[in-house]
Parts: sequence; C-alpha cells; structure tokens
Amino acid sequence: MSNTINIDGQTIPFQEGQTIIEAATAAGVYIPHLCHKPGYTPHGSCKLCTVNVNGRNCSACTFPAAEGQNIINNSRELTHDRQKITQMLFVEGNHLCPSCEKTGNCQLQAVAYQLNMVDNHFPHFYPHREMDASHPDILLDHNRCIFCNLCVRASAEKDGKNVFAISGRGINKHLIVNSASGKLKDSAIDINDCAAHVCPTGAILIKRTGYQVPIGQRIYDHQSISTVALTQEQEHGE
Amino acid sequence: MKNFIQTVLAEAEYQPTRLLQILRAVQTQYQHIPAEAIVYLAEMLNIPKTRIIAVIEFYSFFHLTPQGRYDILISDSITDLMLGKENIINYLSAVLDVKVGQLSKDGLVSLNNTSCTGICDQGPAALINGYPVPRLDREKIDEIATLIFQQMPVTEWPSHLLVVADNIKKSGLLLNNLITSGSSLTASLTRGLPDTLDELEQSGLRGRGGAGFKTATKWRLCAEENSDQHFVVCNADEGEPGTFKDRVLLNSFADQVFEGMTLCAFTIGARQGFLYLRGEYLYLKHKLEFILQQRRANGLLGKNILQQGFDFDIEICLGAGAYICGEESALIESLEGKPGIPRNRPPYPVSQGFLNKPTVVNNVETFFAAAAIAVNGGAWFAQVGTEKSAGSKILSISGDCESPGIYEYAFGTPIRTILNECGAKQVLGVQIGGPSGVFISNQELDRKLAFEDLATGGSFIVFDETRNIFDIVKNFTHFFAHESCGFCTPCRVGTSLLKNRFDKIVEGHGSAGDVVELELLSKLVKNQSHCGLGQTAANPILTTLERYPELYQQQLKKISYEPGFDLDAALDVARRMAHRNDSAAHLIQVED
Repeated sequence: MSNTINIDGQTIPFQEGQTIIEAATAAGVYIPHLCHKPGYTPHGSCKLCTVNVNGRNCSACTFPAAEGQNIINNSRELTHDRQKITQMLFVEGNHLCPSCEKTGNCQLQAVAYQLNMVDNHFPHFYPHREMDASHPDILLDHNRCIFCNLCVRASAEKDGKNVFAISGRGINKHLIVNSASGKLKDSAIDINDCAAHVCPTGAILIKRTGYQVPIGQRIYDHQSISTVALTQEQEHGE
Repeated sequence: MKNFIQTVLAEAEYQPTRLLQILRAVQTQYQHIPAEAIVYLAEMLNIPKTRIIAVIEFYSFFHLTPQGRYDILISDSITDLMLGKENIINYLSAVLDVKVGQLSKDGLVSLNNTSCTGICDQGPAALINGYPVPRLDREKIDEIATLIFQQMPVTEWPSHLLVVADNIKKSGLLLNNLITSGSSLTASLTRGLPDTLDELEQSGLRGRGGAGFKTATKWRLCAEENSDQHFVVCNADEGEPGTFKDRVLLNSFADQVFEGMTLCAFTIGARQGFLYLRGEYLYLKHKLEFILQQRRANGLLGKNILQQGFDFDIEICLGAGAYICGEESALIESLEGKPGIPRNRPPYPVSQGFLNKPTVVNNVETFFAAAAIAVNGGAWFAQVGTEKSAGSKILSISGDCESPGIYEYAFGTPIRTILNECGAKQVLGVQIGGPSGVFISNQELDRKLAFEDLATGGSFIVFDETRNIFDIVKNFTHFFAHESCGFCTPCRVGTSLLKNRFDKIVEGHGSAGDVVELELLSKLVKNQSHCGLGQTAANPILTTLERYPELYQQQLKKISYEPGFDLDAALDVARRMAHRNDSAAHLIQVED
C-alpha cells in the first residue's frame, strides 16, 4: 500500500478517488459530520468535518485524499470551532430536544454530546417556521431543519423524485416541497422512500413510530455518535 | 400568459441553463413570477418546480409577489448613504406615497433598497425598472414623480436623468495605450499562440478580480485539460460596493475586453464564451450586443475568425442581484441557471467549470489587459509596477474626495499619492478592496497599492474625519448578512450573528463580554466559511477592532453582562392586557 495520508500522527491508507473522510472512516478514525453520508454525493455545507490539511482548513467530506497530506482532525481549536458551529445550528432553528420525539436517535443532538456542548451559547433567532403535518405517514417540521440537503439528495439520487429543494438565501434559507400546493401530502413522497428516513434531525419524522423505543433505550443514549457512525459507515463501505 | 412564455422559451431555445434570462423576461412582463408561470416553465423545461422557486428566492431581483409597474431600488451602499441616501429615500417615499419595502395601493410603484448599484461615484443612485438614475436630488425626484404619475415608460424619460458618466480622471499604462480592434488577434496569430502565451507569462499579469492568480498559468492549465469543450467566462458581476471600473471598461472599451476573451478562446481552444454581466448593468446590454455584432461583421467573432479556421462566439448573460455570483464558481452555477452557491473545490473551474468542462473565468480588466499585452508584449507591461505586481491597476475611487471616478496607477504607488490626486482631505481612513477588503487608517497612508501590500479588485472608498467608523462597519456587516448565500453554517448563521452582536454594541447595549464574543465570532466565520464571502465578511469588524479598540470600548456599558433583549419592553404586551403601568409592573433588568 503506497498511498497514505497522515491524520493526527496516524498513517492511514487511501485509495485514489477517496475523500479524506472516506479514508478516515475506513481506518476507524471518526471525523464529526452531519451533511455527509456514505453513498450520497458530498455536499460540504455543515462544515463540522473541517480538518486542517497542510495548514489549510478543508471539508473532509469533499476534499480528495492525496499523498503527502498532513491532517489535523483532533485539536483543541477544531473541537472548539465544531462545537460553535453546532451551537449555530441549534440557535438558528427551534430545537427543543426534551420534547422532540427524535431525542436519543438524533444525529444533531448526538454530535452535540460528542462535542461536549452544554449550552447554546449564541442568542436564539427564534424563527417562525411552520409544520407540515399534511401527509398521512410523514411529518415535516421545519423548525428542526439544518439544511444538510440529505433529503434533497435522497429524493433526487435514490428515489428519483425530486420532492425536496432548499430555497431562499442566507439566514432565510428554507426547505421547499415539490407539489402543486407546496405541501407534503400532494408530493410524490412515499413512506418507503430514502428521503423519508435520511434526516439527521427531527425535521422529517415517520408518524406513529415516535415512542416505540422508549427514551433511555435509544441509539445515542448509550453509544457515542463516533462509535455508531464508524460502525454504520464502515459497513456501508464494505 | 402561455403565449408570452412560449415566445420567451423559444428565444432561450428551451435551455434550462438560461433560466435566469427566462425569469428576467417574465419578471419584466408581470412585475413578478406568477405561480402559473412557474408551473408552466417547470413543465416546458422539464425541471422540478422547486428548482425554479429556489432560483426566484435566491436572487434579489426576482419576486413571487407583484412589484410596482415602476420598481424603484435605492442604492444602500455606504457611499450613497454618505451622499444623503436616507433623505432621498424618505422624500421619494413621501412624494410617491409608498412606504419603503412596499407596493403602492394602486400597484404603480414599489420602493426598496438594493445593496449597491455600481454608480458609487454618482450617488445617491437608483435603479428604476432596471435603469440607473444617478445623482438624485429633490428636484430630480419631483421630475421623476411627474413622469411616473403620467405613466411615461422609463425608456422615454429625458436622457439627463439616465446618463451615467465614465468619470475617467487619470489614465495610465492601459488606458493610454488602447488597442485597435483586431490588432491583438492579428499580432498573436503572427507571433504564434504558444509564444503569445509566453508573452503573457512574461508580463506577470495577475487576475484583476482581487485574488491575483497568474493569468498565463490559468490559461495554460485550462488549455492542457483534455476535453471536447472549453469555455471562456468574463466575470462582469462587479458587485463589490465601491467598484465601478468594469462598468466604465464595458461602457467605453468593451471591444478590447471581447478581444481579450477571444484571445483566451484561441489559446485554450474554446468555441463559446460568456460575459456574465451583473443585473444592475442591464442598461449596457444593448450597446454590448451591438459591439459583438460589429465584431462578427468584421470577422473577429463567430465562424472562421480572421479566416484562420477558429470559431468562437460570446453570449451575454445577466445576473439578477446576488453579490455572491462574483465568486467564480457561484457565477458558473448561475450561468447554468441555478442559485449562485459556490462549489466545493477542488475541482477548480479550469478543469471542471461551466457544465463541468474546463473553463477560464477572468475579470473584465484582466481580459482588457491581456489584449494589450498581446499587442505590446510582456516586457512592455512588466516594466511598470513592482516585482510581484506587474503593470497597473484601474481603481474606482469614491467617497470623501473632490473628484471621484476612475484612476489608473502603476502598482507600487503609495496610497497617499492616490489620495492627494483625487482630492481627499482630512482623511480618517480608506476602505481598500470594498467591504471584503481592508480598512486602513490615516496612519497607514504610506502603504502601497500592490499584491504584496494592499491587494484590491479596485474599490477605494475614502472617509474623512467627519465620518463615524460604526456607520461604515454597520453598513458592511449588514451587507454581508444580506448577501450570504446561506450554503454553509458558519457564514449563513455567523454573518447574522455578527450583525446582531455588532448592532447590540453600537446601540449602546453592549458590555465587555460582547466585544470579546464579537472578535471570537469574527475569527470563526473567517476561518470556517466555505468561500471568500464568509472568509472576508468579518473583515470590517476585525480591521476596525484592531485599529480603534478604544472606540468600541467607549460604546460599552460598565457592567460585566448586558442581555441581548429588553426584558422590560417584552412585558409591554402583558402590561397592556393587565391595564396597568405602575412601577411594580416594570422590571429593572440588570443591576450592577
């Protein structure tokens, strides 16, 4: 194996065409992320996976691994910045973890645990965002959308339907639905679509499944997202 | 409506990449993009309806709800504010009986702010149905109001209202040595294209948009990419507040700019080029089309150029009010008919640009200079300037000076010389490179115009000692929050947090902790953002915090913590509901 990169002093092999995060995951190194998911076109928007490559900050999910890269992933500075970026995601929307039925299964919440986020730090925006409960099986709560684009990509790339898009500019960004009424019930989405299950937060929920697993027995109640992500994403790679 | 849209679509050859042009036509016809039009366009272009809505909601000049038959936008750039913009917009609002941000009851007029019209040397300026109206005063407003009430089309208004001057105050290497049409192509073909690229290399020309990448290297890299198609794009999305030199170059020397693009096309093997013109310069389009037509007639564009077997043509594409489209990859997205969101890099445009084909994107001034270098040679250009910054730079100077306008200086010129020549007195500081650049104080006027010291795309805004630093920083900070594309978290949320925190301090509600937080947040947004907008959005705050820490301190309350909201004011609704306003119904927020 001649192709290697170095992450925090550890030599890691990579294959031509792999991104840094792909090489890291295969080698069991966790880089925090929300908008990245193996098998989906990289997006690079959440910025949690920012690593320092030879002195420059780059998104590990989009930046190609290349020979001679000296990468810092675990540093005090990066952890601090990742925590602040996560706090930004919390104050931008309306995230009320204790009353959200996704609690314990939510990647945003789990990343916050991982980064030792104990408060929201920034002043809240308290935006007015609506809920779309029109669909018989799927609930869309805009309050928790973090614009990771995974539902957009899932619908376009996996389901071939283009149900979702992100519209607007700047802080006014919002998720929109491709249907005559703009409501989920009139769209082509189906409960079995990838787009219905890919949301890393509680923005897209499957109805009538909320408390089937009791709080306290959920994914991130006992395991860190680093362990869960590495297990799931390595499996995907194999 | 379907008939109209059919005509528009036919003109755009049913190409989804031309979505911005299509929407522009619909917006002009109906003063907004009607829901019915969106459904029909989605069907006819075979694209999701959501893509059309995403484009409409991304660009400032597109609207889902009707605007006035006279849509008035007032430039909110700092230079317009310094020239009395607030007074002008209030007067307009009164005379036309329409509130800012609203549509008049009869649907005749809508009045709004816009980030910058690119006429900073002739403010306060407006765009009315896309046409620029510079140097507004009360007299002109009265005249405009009469024309509007008579419902006279803007195209028929007296020309003295609509004339934008070039204001070229000082010519240098390039403006003194304009080339004749076709001469750079003939010279290059005589010399040979590889040798011409060598001359360009020798000239040391670096991109004039601000980043300063070596032009010859960019062209060479693009030429070496193996592809069935290559593209040339001229970035005329001059959105940096305080910059207007590209407007002047296109107004008076477009032929030389097109020649530079054609030269680039020869070098890299492109058959198609685009001039991406910012929406605010719509009024130049007709003139530019005419010049392109002339070049075609003279055998300098189109099929078999100069009988040498080269085919190349240029299409003009208009933006729709988004500063971010000046970023080259966002510009390419916009050219493809999408929201202007900067791409992830690598790949870079030279290998995967327009339609993922190798593309050279250069600034207007870069192509203008390249054409002159092809005629006069690399040494001619390199003899001027400094070691790392060859040649000259065309500047747009505005703000507090006697003669705002266009100035061309050799690189290496001290800022003091430039200020003296434009008639700047009692200078407080200069914003170099626009809001995304650097604010230098009057202690730094011996610094030099050069990539190795003060690099700039060309915007110089002069402030004299009567100006308040906070007014300037506030304008810039709000500008960035408004123009952030919102793609990445640190910029989308961070620019708005910066705006709110800065306002809190300036409005007198800040404590020591707020300044610390402002600085930390600025650094985070700078270091973690996806593209140049976010990476520079905090510059106005960081550069003034560094130079004027005492000014920030003076704004602060002498307590350790001050909340971001007024608790007592928040109780106002409760007091009204309870019909009481006694002292016990009020709260003192923080005690020392």
